[in-house]
Amino acid sequence: MSRRIRESLPLLPFFALVTIFLIVPTATVIVSAFFVDGVFSLARIAALFSDTALSALWKSVLLSASTAIIGAVLGAVLAWLIVSSAPTSVLRRAVISLCSVLAQFGGVALAFAFLATIGLNGVLTLWVQEHFGWNLAGSGWLYSLTGLILVYTYFQIPLMVIVFVPALEGLREQWREAAVSLGASTFQYWRQVAVPLLTPAFLGSFLLLFANAFAAYATAAALVSQGSPILPLLIRAALTSEVVLGQSGFAYALALEMIVIVAAVMIAYNALVRRTARWLQ
Amino acid sequence: MRGKTLGGKVFRGALLAAFGLFFLFPLYAMADFSTRNLLAGGRTMAAWKNLITDDALYQAIVISLLLAVFTVVLMLLILVPTMIWVRLRAPWAKGVVEFLCLLPLTIPALVIVVGLRNVYLWVTYFLGESALTLTFVYVVLVLPFAYRAIDAALSAIDLKTLSEAARSLGAGWLTTIARVVVPNIWSGILSAAFISIAVVLGEYTIASLSGYETLQVQIVLIGKSDGPTSVAASLATLVFGFVLLLILALVTRGRRRPTAADPAVATPTPATQPGVPT
Repeated sequence: MSRRIRESLPLLPFFALVTIFLIVPTATVIVSAFFVDGVFSLARIAALFSDTALSALWKSVLLSASTAIIGAVLGAVLAWLIVSSAPTSVLRRAVISLCSVLAQFGGVALAFAFLATIGLNGVLTLWVQEHFGWNLAGSGWLYSLTGLILVYTYFQIPLMVIVFVPALEGLREQWREAAVSLGASTFQYWRQVAVPLLTPAFLGSFLLLFANAFAAYATAAALVSQGSPILPLLIRAALTSEVVLGQSGFAYALALEMIVIVAAVMIAYNALVRRTARWLQ
Repeated sequence: MRGKTLGGKVFRGALLAAFGLFFLFPLYAMADFSTRNLLAGGRTMAAWKNLITDDALYQAIVISLLLAVFTVVLMLLILVPTMIWVRLRAPWAKGVVEFLCLLPLTIPALVIVVGLRNVYLWVTYFLGESALTLTFVYVVLVLPFAYRAIDAALSAIDLKTLSEAARSLGAGWLTTIARVVVPNIWSGILSAAFISIAVVLGEYTIASLSGYETLQVQIVLIGKSDGPTSVAASLATLVFGFVLLLILALVTRGRRRPTAADPAVATPTPATQPGVPT
């Protein structure tokens, strides 16, 4: 036993760091959502069912689900385009490298990229104005939910490409040959072999994209400076103004809501990944 | 398959062009927007000059670069010995360490910052009020990416034999790690460091909600009055990150085993999970 203690001593700095800066904050959120000044209370949880909180949650789900669907479908198309080209082609390498960068390209820089493109004085806005006379930036839709959907798509598609390319590569050529030699048409091969095989991977990727969008904060925060249409921005409001809806500590309950949803989605995602791994490795 | 007919080729080409336009146009727009002279027309580099001459922005750039360096150093000092030790002497802890390293992918940075207030009261009590104290929480933030990079490098070498050889020749643990193991996992360490730098330079969530003025926080502040400067700074960060990843791809290309996947595919895997500071 003493040997075991001696052997675990070098692990102490790591465990200390993770405990203090990851476990403690998370535990603080969970505990503080239920305890107000040391007394158990459901007041903060109850505030989650207020109109403001429910509307933010609904819009967050809408944003995450729509960008996950758009990202998953378009990302799968792009993944298929590059997988069906030669493995050594420059195009394939370039697209995958670019996607790996762009999938990380969330946050503030992305918000400003779209402001520079279709903001009030954006490059595309001015160009369209000059040539067609339309006002692309009209009514400030870029700062609304529609705008967020467009902007989020920009990092969702590349993320889909990165996670879905390995699944497409796992489709073995022999399976197609076997299907064709048994008399299947291309359409039948896709409908009865490829699509069923890819479905778990596709659904898994969809969930990953959903969680990715749901937890994203910086892009929306940089784009929408006032108001809190979605859950992460409501958390910002609760944190910075201390009192929202006359509820201090509301941020804890909202953060707990976020943990629960992201964790549930990620558990489902892991289950699907394990299922995918059975065939496509 | 479809791509072989002429119609198929045109269709594929059109699709690729559409994707290319969607992804590359905003980048071009940033370059155009940041060099445009809004008042007089024509081109100006004023926004780019502001990166150096604007005092607040320059300070923020320095802070962010320092944070990136400190985060990388602390991450390597903690993670590398831990991961080597777990493989050699404490295999029972491997599962826990891996779980904890990947946990930040499931717990959004926004949640961490909500629960961080009390912890930081203590941190600032001991270390003083400085943006550099963000180093600790940033190390946690980069753990998943760093873990994967270093884990891949460690799996590629025969760690046990190497360390036993070094130890039997009389080297202590520190010498073994620093002079025998580290040189052999250099590509993994480099990749962990570069990805960490990219994450720290792009981090906004924790810095802004903790009230520290890092680069990204300053970019948003300036954006309210001076769009072109913010766009220039954003593009600069992005290009810097892109160059880092490009160097990484070039450096690690020659070192990969033939069985490993295409380097372009293998390097980006750390980015495939949420928790990326978006």
